[in-house]
Amino acid sequence: MRTEAVLRFGIVALLVATVEILCRLHVIPVGVMIAPSQMAVELTKILVSGEFSADIISSIVNVLTSTVLSVTLGFVAGLIIYSAPGLRAALEPLLASYYAVPTFIFYPVFISLFGVGSGAIIAIAVLLAVVSMITATLNGLDRIPRVLRKTGRIYRMSRIKTAVMIELPSAAPSLFTGIKLSVAYSFIGVIASEFILSGSGVGYAIAYAYNNFETPRMYALMLLIILLVTGVNTLLNGVDRRLQSQRRR
Amino acid sequence: MRRFGGTAIVILACIAIWQLLYLYVGDSALASPLQTVEKLSVLLRTGDFWIHVSETGRAFVLALLIAVLGGIALGVILGLGRLAGDVAEPILVTLYSIPKIVLYPLVLLCFGLGMSAKVAFGVMHGLIPITLFSMNAIRQMKPVYRRTSQVLRLTTLQTALTVIVPAILPEIISGVRLGFSLTLLGVLIGEMFASQRGLGFLLTSAINLGQIDTIMAIALLLTVFAIACNTLMMMFDRHLAHR
Amino acid sequence: MSAAASEITVKSDAVKQMPVEQPHVALRGITCVFHSRGRSLHALGPVDLSLTKGEFFSVVGPSGCGKSTLLDILAGLNPPQTGTAQFEGKPIQGVPDGVGVVFQEDASFPWLNVHDNVAFGLRRAGVDPAEIKRRVDYAIGFMGLKDFAAAYPAQLSGGMRQRVCIARTLVLQPRLIMLDEPFGALDQQTRLIMGDELLRLWRETSATILLITHALDEAAMLSDRVGVMSTRPGTFIDIVETGWDRNRDSRVVSTPHFGDITARLWEKLRVEALKMMSTSETRSS
Repeated sequence: MRTEAVLRFGIVALLVATVEILCRLHVIPVGVMIAPSQMAVELTKILVSGEFSADIISSIVNVLTSTVLSVTLGFVAGLIIYSAPGLRAALEPLLASYYAVPTFIFYPVFISLFGVGSGAIIAIAVLLAVVSMITATLNGLDRIPRVLRKTGRIYRMSRIKTAVMIELPSAAPSLFTGIKLSVAYSFIGVIASEFILSGSGVGYAIAYAYNNFETPRMYALMLLIILLVTGVNTLLNGVDRRLQSQRRR
Repeated sequence: MRRFGGTAIVILACIAIWQLLYLYVGDSALASPLQTVEKLSVLLRTGDFWIHVSETGRAFVLALLIAVLGGIALGVILGLGRLAGDVAEPILVTLYSIPKIVLYPLVLLCFGLGMSAKVAFGVMHGLIPITLFSMNAIRQMKPVYRRTSQVLRLTTLQTALTVIVPAILPEIISGVRLGFSLTLLGVLIGEMFASQRGLGFLLTSAINLGQIDTIMAIALLLTVFAIACNTLMMMFDRHLAHR
Repeated sequence: MSAAASEITVKSDAVKQMPVEQPHVALRGITCVFHSRGRSLHALGPVDLSLTKGEFFSVVGPSGCGKSTLLDILAGLNPPQTGTAQFEGKPIQGVPDGVGVVFQEDASFPWLNVHDNVAFGLRRAGVDPAEIKRRVDYAIGFMGLKDFAAAYPAQLSGGMRQRVCIARTLVLQPRLIMLDEPFGALDQQTRLIMGDELLRLWRETSATILLITHALDEAAMLSDRVGVMSTRPGTFIDIVETGWDRNRDSRVVSTPHFGDITARLWEKLRVEALKMMSTSETRSS
């Protein structure tokens, strides 16, 4: 475990250093990319000045809202679909093809439905994220071993007790995978929507900086997104790995 | 037949909801199912539209080819080396969850406007899921397959082509299914910003002009195309499972 | 030779000692028919069976003969179509109090450590914490899990996990313990050792034990009586008394008497197993 972490860190550091050197030597022209160290400096400036604080907060709030909505909706929808096998058989081919639909092309429709504000952004992100939660919920419920439910009956537990004390913990690792994916898709949905069509948020700020040739600012914000996603991802993966290793047989 | 009956009902229900939504929000926000189909049939009869379709098609095929071949090759290499896989997996997962659209300006600066930027953007979206699926499939493959190929004294390349790829084909197909749609998404996004041709460009101009029926017609076309291709791949997968 | 002779004398003593009283478990005319997709499957019966309190009874039979269905009926998980099932003189409706079941599949909860797994049933029953601790510690020690109390099931071998399930049943002090092929997934040595532990548990708790197994040697070594079931619909075609001493252990497998019992079981079962195989062959072709 340690060796891999060290190696991984080394590889990433090496890549960053290479880019740094190439930029410093002007092999990569300043117009194309600024050095990673300059990105970091610029990012610190932006964060200290608070110039983009409103955008950053609005993006994060949108990602959180979208995550909560898609996890809740996906879980409830998953439960309903699981308990109605007929509905499930009808939906399964569509669920399997869902990610083949470029959800994003419906963006204009959402704009007209929800207006230009956060509503449309969150809607598109939820649309992107909810299905992975549904699939994860179905997966988790499918994988509950029958013998565990039988054990619940031997202990003469009520339906609700069985659900809370046996089925939920048994499905927990799959559900967590669903949450993890929901977070990732919410990020993608929110930032992409902001970038393309919105007038606020970090995604919009990047697009704005790009259109106005504010290269340092643009890269600083890109770095912010990458750091944010990497941080959240590492955290969630850590929890995920602990959950999985507790179960691995 | 009964198997698809339920699905047909669900699709009809979706169309009904679409129609109701249309009645609720009105002409300016949404085109009705009928209007959309009519618009699409008009578009399909114009020569210009086909130029855009073929432009998108070329970029997509090229991007998909690179993403599939590159993804499988990368996945096999990382999957076979235990340490390489352990090192690479979290990096790949993080790359997968980064909103790649923020890297868009960088891609444009590297590749300039046009075909190569679109293809690059498609590959960026599609390559990683295919790599991840192939890599994980190999890591979860029964060790006895590799030991068998060692006993048969196959070379590394022979092992990869005759044992490993066939063994993990179902997972590769799952990866390609996901990679397929993401590549399409990437190419479309690429066209939306940096192109004067292609369906993505048509979408952008329709958005700017507020031509809601055009947007819906293109969305419908892409949806039907994507679901059709996906269904074909799933059928191929099922065909493999029966072998 | 002398060992076998002494076993046989013990056997006759054991028969004499059995008190004539109300049976602990009584099944009369039990049948079970499953319906699915318009077809009905006569899975079990008619079955009659009486178990004496404190008896160790095993059921052997070809696969698919309805052994597990029989257990489900006794555990109140599945009502029979006809017949009456009684436990301690009361008809079985739902899972009765005082019954513990160990399943073939690993039923340990992967999200709880060994201690919490074993304590699960007691906590459900609302036993007070001090008593829970006392009983759990005892059961964990008894099953040789003392060093693993904080471990999660995933860190344990299959045999150890099955011990956790047995300990989890044991702490509730059931008066009837039913085990459905509990050692089916374990290797031969582990099975013999687990068998010894089961016998130790049986002696110590004086519970009635019903063991379902497909292993003839396991049934022959552990039981007071072994019921041999026919192919579907399963009925008892023979009940063999082993006549072992109450203080027996796995070493009885080296006595000639063990060979006699196993031979008699196999003689009955071989015919049924052959029937089973021929029907499954015609079905698959």
